[in-house]
Amino acid sequence: MSSLAWTVLSGYLLALVAPWLHARLKGVSAYLLALLPLAIGLYLTGFYQAVIEGESVRSKLSWFSDKAIYLSFHLDGLSLIFSLLISFFAVFIILYASGYLKGEAHLGRFYAYLLMFMASMLGVVLADNILALFIFWELTSLSSYLLIGYKHKYESARRAAQQALLVTGSGGLAMLLGMVMLGQVAGSYELSEILLKPEILASPYADAILILLFLGALTKSAQWPFHFWLPNAMEAPTPVSAYLHSATMVKAGIYLLARISPVFAEHPYWQPVLVTLGLITALTAGILAFKSRDLKRLLAYSTLLALATLTLLLGIGGSKAALSAMIYLIAHSLYKGALFMVAGSIDHEAKSRDIHWLSGLARQMPLSFVAATLAAISMAGLPPALGFIAKELSYTSLLTLPSLTLIAIAVMILANGMLFAVSAILVIKVFLGKTPADRDPVHEAPWQMSLWPLLLAGLSIFLGLLPKFLDEIGYEGAKSIYPAAKLSHLHLFPESFNTPLLLSLITIGLGILLAFIWRPFHRWLEREADSIERGWLNCGPAKWYQWGLQDLERLSLWQLKTLQSGNIRRDLLTIFGFSFTLTLVSLWRANPSFRLDFSGLRIYDFILVFLMLAGAFTAMRARTRLTAITALGAVGSSVALTFITYAAPDLAITQFMIETLLVIIIALVLIRLPSFSTDDLSPTPKRIRDAIIAGMGGLSICLSMLAILNYPLNTKLSDYFAEQSVPFGQGHNIVNVILVDFRGIDTMGEITVLAIAALGIYALLKFGKFRNEKNEKEDD
Amino acid sequence: MLQSVILQTATRLLMALLLLLSIWLFIRGHNQPGGGFIGGLVGASASALYTIAYGVSEAKRALRIQPKAMIGLGLSSAVLSGLIALFSGHPFLTGEWLKLHIFGELVKLGTPMLFDLGVYLVVVGVVLMVIFALEEENV
Repeated sequence: MSSLAWTVLSGYLLALVAPWLHARLKGVSAYLLALLPLAIGLYLTGFYQAVIEGESVRSKLSWFSDKAIYLSFHLDGLSLIFSLLISFFAVFIILYASGYLKGEAHLGRFYAYLLMFMASMLGVVLADNILALFIFWELTSLSSYLLIGYKHKYESARRAAQQALLVTGSGGLAMLLGMVMLGQVAGSYELSEILLKPEILASPYADAILILLFLGALTKSAQWPFHFWLPNAMEAPTPVSAYLHSATMVKAGIYLLARISPVFAEHPYWQPVLVTLGLITALTAGILAFKSRDLKRLLAYSTLLALATLTLLLGIGGSKAALSAMIYLIAHSLYKGALFMVAGSIDHEAKSRDIHWLSGLARQMPLSFVAATLAAISMAGLPPALGFIAKELSYTSLLTLPSLTLIAIAVMILANGMLFAVSAILVIKVFLGKTPADRDPVHEAPWQMSLWPLLLAGLSIFLGLLPKFLDEIGYEGAKSIYPAAKLSHLHLFPESFNTPLLLSLITIGLGILLAFIWRPFHRWLEREADSIERGWLNCGPAKWYQWGLQDLERLSLWQLKTLQSGNIRRDLLTIFGFSFTLTLVSLWRANPSFRLDFSGLRIYDFILVFLMLAGAFTAMRARTRLTAITALGAVGSSVALTFITYAAPDLAITQFMIETLLVIIIALVLIRLPSFSTDDLSPTPKRIRDAIIAGMGGLSICLSMLAILNYPLNTKLSDYFAEQSVPFGQGHNIVNVILVDFRGIDTMGEITVLAIAALGIYALLKFGKFRNEKNEKEDD
Repeated sequence: MLQSVILQTATRLLMALLLLLSIWLFIRGHNQPGGGFIGGLVGASASALYTIAYGVSEAKRALRIQPKAMIGLGLSSAVLSGLIALFSGHPFLTGEWLKLHIFGELVKLGTPMLFDLGVYLVVVGVVLMVIFALEEENV
């Protein structure tokens, strides 16, 4: 197995043993677990030179014997930027979590989820095969679900987890459809080959493919109208918010857009859709950020704003916008990661995230104060932070927009102004100001929590002062998005006064103004929140989701009541009636010829048939349950004997064993049933109905068998298995070789179903017991 | 629970035979009729007999490993047998074989055997889970 594959898959292996390791090592487990992401990060850094020199690193692994599905990985500029962010952030987050969640009962499980997420996210950005990308993509949704719902005892956490999973999961399914279509149109499922085929756009399916891929990307990156799940996801512990819901996972959608843009950026829908949705999201996020009083929700809305900017930049396309997106991405991950960690530290120490209540924390939490200030400078887009360069670049790209330029610039100035104001409020309101006299003393967070935000915020400033370190990697990233991108050198300030700088100045001016009117504006929004929610917000996307979910529940309840009433006889009637009718109708439509041929039958065949008929008849006329079951057992055993006479010993043994176990299980069930008397027999009309269904069953099986016999036997498959059984499967028993080797994946599915069925039966029996006990207690 | 001395005595003898039969069916399965599924069913019925004769708690004690754990172990070993192929660069679930000569006899060990063991464990676990749950109800 090659090294890139190990880079991705090792995270899953460590996740498997993480809970066990944590149980053994307690306090020090985080240091050990953080070594893996650190090693991955350093290992990937080793490819830096190779990537800059234009080499692409790849590895390919077949994991299904199918042409389309390879576990193939590919490392270029774009995936290097993402994978470095993912792996190094994982180191900080694991160590941060060891302080933040210290003493939690299920911390080991938390580490496992986190590592599983890291591996999946690395898989998303490194995968070359689009189906593999889809699988990792859904695994990130799944691990995000587990992480948001980590505090599963709170209903709000469970609901937020479900919402995030449903929104991103259904987007993911749409994306799968788009990817399969893309793979079929392109004739390849490898991104590296697909992206060399611009002729895909000429296909009649191009529109559908693009829309489906958009659905995947925009739900994952929480763009309007799918933005509502992200703020709710703040129910997760803060390290998760910092990692998944700001620095990495929500950028998976951005990654996908960036990845497909070499081909699809030329599509007529690309620019209008992405630019429009980006602008709407940016504005919505700005206003909602002003409304929030919860520190984490406020940060979540500012994340939305950043994601909207990235969507917008990718929508604009071209050399400038591609570079700008890369720098913006790096800048945002650095400052937002730092700010989330600081918010977590405040929550941890001051036990509150309410910005109305928090103030004057600077003296008690000096390290967090410094980190927050530096990060806020970057978020506000002030020099000398990297955020400033990113904002300048984004304004430069906006100017290249062919239409709607003025509206786009106006919206972005407003949105960035709001971001500025929010950054200012964050520092001024929370850290400066008076320390309330009645508050218990607050301390600085432990070093595992205060060090990393300081490091990330410091890096934002450092890279702002020396942006030349990002020249080459930014260029390589941009080249993956826009192959004709040109190398340009990054500067903190432009050589001469230009339009973007002017726009920046306007933004800052507007930001200061907005910061001054923050209090009345915020109060107004908060006061109006109720009426707004009852009014126009009532028709917002979050409501659509709620309605959709309610209607789905109502629909499934209705179909459950109608088709599966819970009365086992009714259920069986539905299932049998439906399947026999279908069989008979399709038999009638196929109109096959039937052949009845009694030649070659031996005397014991007749004896066996007679035994079966006698058993069936006895079962029908039985007056006690035990007689009925014994009679059915006779039928089953006769069937087993038939298998023996036709040389199928495996089947025969299985049938005998099943009959035996069935008698034991039914006997155990019988004890629990109320006694049975002939008075309990159904009235005649019902018996006639049952007889009709049973007759249809017998008829459909019999006719199908006769119809099948009339076709010439195709032995191609069985000949193949017989030939290959020994050389491939190393066994002479073809049945078993098929079960465990040739069709092993089917068997694996079957034993999984078996296990789930057993869990279901267990739950049913145990739940029933629990309920009875409870009722008894209540009766007392 | 039936407290029958005859049944209990007979069970002791039958258990050994049934378990041997179960293991024998499992091992010969790759070349002759048998295999994990059938072996598992025989093993499960042996334990079911024991449960009827001695009761659930006694059967659980004799079993040492709980049905739930058995199912988990079985599924894991089936998955593991598939993963082994990945490490040698073959697709998931490719059979990998090791041919050993022990005392001049050719012994073939392969991942499908591990897979079959998984099937065996799942089958025994599932049947016993249901039987234990039902039997416990009746107490």
